[in-house]
Amino acid sequence: MVQLDFAAVLADWPLLLRGAALTLALTAVAAVLGVGAGIACARARTHGPPAVRALAAGYVELVRNTPFIVQLFFIYFGLPSLGLRLSSETASIIAMTLNLGAYAAEIVRAGIDATPPGQLEAARSLAMTERQVFLRVVLPPSLGRVWPAMVSQVVIVMLGSAVCGQIAAQELSYSASLIMSRNFRSFEANFVAAGLYLAMAVLLRQALAWAGPRWLFGRIAPTGR
Amino acid sequence: MSLQRRPLFALVLAGLGVFGASPAFADSALDTILAKRSIAIAIPTDFPPYGFVGTDMAPQGLDVDMARLIAARLGATVELVPVTSANRIAYLQTHKADLVISTLGKNPEREKVIDFTAAYSPFFQAVFAPRAMVLKSPAELAGKSIGVTRGAIEDMELTKIAPAGADIKRFEDNNATVSAFVSGQVQVIATGASVAGNMMARNPQLGAEFKLLLKDSPNFIGIAKGDDKLRLKVNEIIASARTSGEIDKLCVKWLGRPAGDLPN
Repeated sequence: MVQLDFAAVLADWPLLLRGAALTLALTAVAAVLGVGAGIACARARTHGPPAVRALAAGYVELVRNTPFIVQLFFIYFGLPSLGLRLSSETASIIAMTLNLGAYAAEIVRAGIDATPPGQLEAARSLAMTERQVFLRVVLPPSLGRVWPAMVSQVVIVMLGSAVCGQIAAQELSYSASLIMSRNFRSFEANFVAAGLYLAMAVLLRQALAWAGPRWLFGRIAPTGR
Repeated sequence: MSLQRRPLFALVLAGLGVFGASPAFADSALDTILAKRSIAIAIPTDFPPYGFVGTDMAPQGLDVDMARLIAARLGATVELVPVTSANRIAYLQTHKADLVISTLGKNPEREKVIDFTAAYSPFFQAVFAPRAMVLKSPAELAGKSIGVTRGAIEDMELTKIAPAGADIKRFEDNNATVSAFVSGQVQVIATGASVAGNMMARNPQLGAEFKLLLKDSPNFIGIAKGDDKLRLKVNEIIASARTSGEIDKLCVKWLGRPAGDLPN
């Protein structure tokens, strides 16, 4: 039977903590930028001129139909041949943002499509501009409707950031891998990393579920849903 | 639904049976190998000329030939298990492979968790960088970004000699490490001679050259801790293949030189 030795892994706790911190930092930046990109893209796909709609659709399909790690490798290993050299952290943030943006666009679009026509008519009859209609009448309840799906997507992106270690971004799975290659305690290292990811995912989910209604779209009146 | 579940249940039971039987490994994998006439050997597929995938998509190289030689001597068919530098030891620990023939160097950390046979091929690790860069001592690595494959011998040696100011970037496998150097993501690369040779031959525009020797480290075959029966048998095979000149022939074929002196 294998002898378990968690102490050997936990002795490297500063490394694990630093990894977890970078994972959270990457996720935080990517979540803000990605959700923003998703909203812009959803607006472009529902309200934009045909050329902009096609462009947004192309981006969404391109990202949603290619693996994340390929996108990441393209940005980190591929772009330097075009003269664009990015650090592993910047490349990770760009890849995560692009990835989240595409999925978020589809999630937000579902929310926008579910807006009752009566609300649009009411807003227009109050002489609001299209911009006002979108920002004040359409978007907030749309976000409220799709927020649980959006939160899940952000969590998926955070868990997906585990592959950023492949381009030497020193996030949590990179730390776990490094510890594993030092002391060969692969079961323990992966177990600890999995526990940390689980805790981070639960906390992130709760934090976003708490923050969304307060800061992003307000508490939605029952009819808005 | 329940009809579909039953085979799954049987599979789970079968799986448990396999786990239950696993203490048999504690005796010797050799008995299992001889009984099944099949041996699982972990080989690299990202490490030319030791182990790589040819244009026919089949693994080949010095390690692959060595795996075939040992399997043939044991009268077993070989099941090649592709591994990376980072995961090859885990494959041995979890009995997913009976032997690891994967340019494995010997060091005290590894000796704590696995056993080694006699050496079967020569190897060295070094730091490589563009000719224009001045790099004569480890201290000059300060302030430079250095790419290395995580968990490989060169990672450990580099970590030992690198000054605090060196920015060591660790990648999952040799392909990623080489890609990082070739694309300019790192200024310096620490890797094995064969990887560097292959990289420099394909990318003459880099002007890379040998800078610092990290370690002269012949390759050993890794074996599950405590399996002396299998280890002695493999040692016997290596010794006879060295006397008969088969190992020299393999080294000339893949490395362009005979094996030279190898430690036991």
